[in-house]
Amino acid sequence: MLKGQRGGMLRSYALIAPMFVFLLATFLWPVSMILWRSVSDPELRAALPATAVELSSWSGQGLPPASAYAALASDLVKVDGASLASLSRRLSYENPGFRALLQSTKRKLEAAPAGTTPDLVALDPQWGANQTWQAMKRAAGPVGVFHILSALDLRQNYETGIGPSRPGAALYRSIILRTFAIASTTAILALVLAFPLCAFLARQSDRVRNLLLLMVLLPFWTSILVRTTAWLALLQDRGVINTLLMDMGLIDQPMKLLYNRIGVITALVHVMLPFMIFPLLAAMRSIDPRLFRAALSLGATPFYAFRRVYLPQVMPGVMAGALMVFVVTLGFYVTPMLVGGPGDQMISYYIALYTTGTLNWGLASSLGLILLVITLSLYAIQNALLRRSGVGLR
Amino acid sequence: MLKRTKLLAASLLACTVCLASASARDLVIVSNGGTFQEAQSNAIFKPFTAKTGIKVVEDTWDNGIGVIRTKVEGGDSGWDIVNAESEELEIACQEGLILPLDIDKLGGKDNYVPGAVHKCGIGAAIYNHVLAYDKTRVSAVPTWADFFDLKKYPGKRALRASPKTNLEFALIADGVPLADVYKVLSTPEGVDRAFAKLDTIKSSLVFWTAGGQPMQLLASGEVVMTSSFNGRVTNAINKEHKPFGIVWDKSLQTADSWVILKTSPNVDKAYELLKFAGEAEPQSHLPDVQPIGITSAKAVGMIKPELLADLPTAPDNNKDVLQINDAFWIDNIDTLTARWAEWSAQ
Repeated sequence: MLKGQRGGMLRSYALIAPMFVFLLATFLWPVSMILWRSVSDPELRAALPATAVELSSWSGQGLPPASAYAALASDLVKVDGASLASLSRRLSYENPGFRALLQSTKRKLEAAPAGTTPDLVALDPQWGANQTWQAMKRAAGPVGVFHILSALDLRQNYETGIGPSRPGAALYRSIILRTFAIASTTAILALVLAFPLCAFLARQSDRVRNLLLLMVLLPFWTSILVRTTAWLALLQDRGVINTLLMDMGLIDQPMKLLYNRIGVITALVHVMLPFMIFPLLAAMRSIDPRLFRAALSLGATPFYAFRRVYLPQVMPGVMAGALMVFVVTLGFYVTPMLVGGPGDQMISYYIALYTTGTLNWGLASSLGLILLVITLSLYAIQNALLRRSGVGLR
Repeated sequence: MLKRTKLLAASLLACTVCLASASARDLVIVSNGGTFQEAQSNAIFKPFTAKTGIKVVEDTWDNGIGVIRTKVEGGDSGWDIVNAESEELEIACQEGLILPLDIDKLGGKDNYVPGAVHKCGIGAAIYNHVLAYDKTRVSAVPTWADFFDLKKYPGKRALRASPKTNLEFALIADGVPLADVYKVLSTPEGVDRAFAKLDTIKSSLVFWTAGGQPMQLLASGEVVMTSSFNGRVTNAINKEHKPFGIVWDKSLQTADSWVILKTSPNVDKAYELLKFAGEAEPQSHLPDVQPIGITSAKAVGMIKPELLADLPTAPDNNKDVLQINDAFWIDNIDTLTARWAEWSAQ
């Protein structure tokens, strides 16, 4: 009996194993790689190992001890071209001049007579500056917060504490804010459009509803790229909308509908609408219409009955739909890229740019990590709110 | 039990097969697919096999230095020759992922057009970032100075959504001679000057990201001028008969290169193929389907005049161009991209 039970358990584990392996390979592994990449800082330690050890024990204030200069001089002579190239790229995230500095110092050291160690500051005055050594210390690794701070426009300064990475820098913070602004605007507008539609659909006969739902589904089945391109044709200066309005004499100048926030929100709401309609419709259809009528017969005004009887029952659908639209929109890439201007690009655009364009994977991973953390906390907050109000997501 | 034995036998068999294929494999060449690779295959790979009897296996990739790093990481993983973009060539060369090439074994430096020879790569295709314009709205052939002159030619302009190429164009428009562009751009004042020049037309700028967008923007009347890859403009003019013009003067040139991975077990065969790929006769067939800028200096004279007129390497088109400085961009791409993102979003 016991043996048979254990066999059954094993069988059920075997049944979920493929799913688990799939999750591990497609989700948990990549996410942990992102976590790792955002804190990993291996280049300096690989290229200049003795210097890295010296830098780790140095306070970062003033100038490092003479032993650090000696370590750098001996490391620079020994380092091969490939490691030095990787290090130069890592340091160029802060200062593009590092490649020239490292390479000219290496050349001069190699040209120096054997047995002597030239004074690095005499070779290049930059070695006498605290900022040069601070940049090296920030890269000393093997793990560090440089990339994560960069993704928040911050930089660690060992003399003055954490401050802005450039004077007045707020690039990534404004991109993150912009991403959340676009996603929440899209979710709210989708809700405003979907609510009356769903309320109408919920009251139709199955035949009519299915026919109407088909009109929602057809664009849903169409590629996002195609739908976005269709918006290009509609919204551009000589597009359908502007031409129509101008021919009717309503406007003399084409309205700016494309390459700005209007275009992005319009296209996003259209793309995301089905994600709102389906959970909302499901919630509305499960409501017993007699409850609303009962409230009315007991003397409630229609508005009161709507607020106290109808709305609480559709709330799970509203929340599910809004959360779905919001979270999916957060990661949108192609739609803002095609119909938005440079001020409308969302965080995924920059993640893609740094992953494939400039190859700054540390920064790309950090931006991804920040997006992930904020999204998860919003989800947790929403879940807690729902639990407190007594309705759970179905 | 029987099942298990069968499985074991099957996996053993599979392993012998994989061992056999690993010990002596064919020459594998990797390019970007599509009509581009088709042109290379017809002009170079197939005639090479016919001539030498060396079998060539083709593969495709979508670029990315990460792919090359991964391919080289654990020893030979089945690629020999790769068609790489200029920045990948530069980084892979610095990191030692690809072999330094002996140019004398490839026909010598003079066999190639300027800009096609690199320490670790040999030019496979040359293309330019050109100025393209709508002939119906821009009466004379415009210059980059005209591109930045909203009074002379009102209307919107499109540029690529990236600092690379645009900062160069801005300095050229501001009167910096081609030879000094990167010298000026290497100073903070030079970068400020480029951004200040871009500021003058910012209100009329539209940005493109995908290579097909510039021609769509011109065709829909959204913009009067745009930057673009030369091949897209030529195709729009020749195949779609659009009233567009292309400006070769003061365009920016870059090259895709053939590189040999350091893990290649077929280095000798790879050299043979690259030597053949650099010869005039096979190269002269490259532009038959696509306006691919050829890299053989001798092949230029062998191409039909009507095809030659559309190539970046035609003497008329090639006389006043600037090679994109990849070393500059590898060092500066991060700081300038951040500044570009801030500037463009304001």
